[in-house]
Amino acid sequence: MGHETARKTRYLFGIRWLFPHRMILLVLLCLLVFSLVTKLDWYWIAEYKSAILSAVWKTILLLVSTFIVGFILAVPIGLVQVTGPRPLAMVAHSFCSIIRGTPLLLQIWIFYYGFGSVFPEIEGIRESFIWPFLTSAWPYAFFALTLSVMAYEGEVLRGALSGVPKGELEAAKAMGMKPFKILTRIWLPRAIQRTLPIIGGEVIIQLKATPLVATITIIDTYAIFSNIRLETYIVYEPLLLMTLIYLILAGAVTLIFTFLERQYKNR
Amino acid sequence: MLIDYQSMSLWELLAFNSPGWGGALLSGLALSLQIAVLGYFFGLIIGLFGAIGKLSQNLLLTDLLYCYTTAVRAIPELVLILLIYFALPNVINDVLYSFGFDGVEINGFFAGVLVIAFVQGAYATEVIRASIAAIPKGQIEAAHAFAIPKYKILYRIMIPSMIPHALPGLSNLWLIATKDTALLAVVGLTELTLAAKQAAGASKQQLTFLLAAGALYLLVSLLSEVLFKYLIKRTEKGQTHGS
Repeated sequence: MGHETARKTRYLFGIRWLFPHRMILLVLLCLLVFSLVTKLDWYWIAEYKSAILSAVWKTILLLVSTFIVGFILAVPIGLVQVTGPRPLAMVAHSFCSIIRGTPLLLQIWIFYYGFGSVFPEIEGIRESFIWPFLTSAWPYAFFALTLSVMAYEGEVLRGALSGVPKGELEAAKAMGMKPFKILTRIWLPRAIQRTLPIIGGEVIIQLKATPLVATITIIDTYAIFSNIRLETYIVYEPLLLMTLIYLILAGAVTLIFTFLERQYKNR
Repeated sequence: MLIDYQSMSLWELLAFNSPGWGGALLSGLALSLQIAVLGYFFGLIIGLFGAIGKLSQNLLLTDLLYCYTTAVRAIPELVLILLIYFALPNVINDVLYSFGFDGVEINGFFAGVLVIAFVQGAYATEVIRASIAAIPKGQIEAAHAFAIPKYKILYRIMIPSMIPHALPGLSNLWLIATKDTALLAVVGLTELTLAAKQAAGASKQQLTFLLAAGALYLLVSLLSEVLFKYLIKRTEKGQTHGS
């Protein structure tokens, strides 16, 4: 027991801090943070606090909603590439290639500027109930980000699903499980469990992709700090705070997935 | 002079010479590829030295490199572009002024290459580190036993035997590099995405030009995939699998 606690004090977040050079680096980091906090201008934070918080919330909401919806829709894309009939597998494969082969920024612009300029020409669409959706920016952003998650996660799931040992699926079949039940109870959980570290990395990549929606007038974290820069003429400070916020968000995602991995360890 | 874009056919719109916008798109593509190639190249150099540093015994160096790769993997590329585009020139000029020099101006092309190289360097460090670690230890020890100088071990033994392990990861990085150049549109560099946006805005044919740019990107990525598949197949020759 005593040994356990001794190990715990030496390791924090899996890192050993008690090397001399690490202590010096930490002191230097503290000095840097202290000088940044005292020397630079931070008066604008009080003024923009609520705007920043709601923008960060919007980023988190966009990340979580697109990733969950995209991941659920990615399951059939991964599945048909493993088991599906050939034509369906080819459709899924080319969908993945097209989305993964073009920049996300261009995709967002294709949906927002491209299709957004085509919709008004359709007869009678202005009177229909979907018109309010088509004239705001967030459905386009949500759609583009979800498609991107579908393509990338479809590829991840393809590998994950084909990596589940055959014996486990045969055992489930021998127990008399229906195919759909095998998928939801055995195949998918095992596939996700084995690829949790990869999925964690993909969530961070998706987090890094969310600022692109700022280019189609959505006020997310990136956009709010651009506005602050334009309104206050301050260059460094908003950029530094924005960088810090993204670092914290990425750190939180990493912690959550480390926890999940520990919870659902391969036993 | 007003041009009637509405009545033009697809091929007239995409024609190479004005009033078509095909030439503008292709020069945007050329700029994208130049930035991607240069950024990728410098990123590989950063990655090679980063990997050697990460595998070295120097604790300080490994910690600093760990901070670099972690930070780049956590901060959005768009934010890094802003940092390098707006903050870095200010910092450099402040330092230069304080020493009594004239300021410098960082142009868009240079800043773009810098951003791509910085991002690619972090990812390449990880890819190359893993592939160097995959080289059997005995080979390096044998080279040491023959008293081969360190730099020669690097380019005669380590790099050639690491390439088969690294190529799949490096091909992925190249695809990321070509797609990341699109982000430079946000700071006003007329690479392919912004060129398409300008053509789309001027001609009011938004969908046509944005889809044309998408097709060009897709072509580049499909061709690169074929090329890398060939290279992977070539380097795998004579390798023993599963041993």
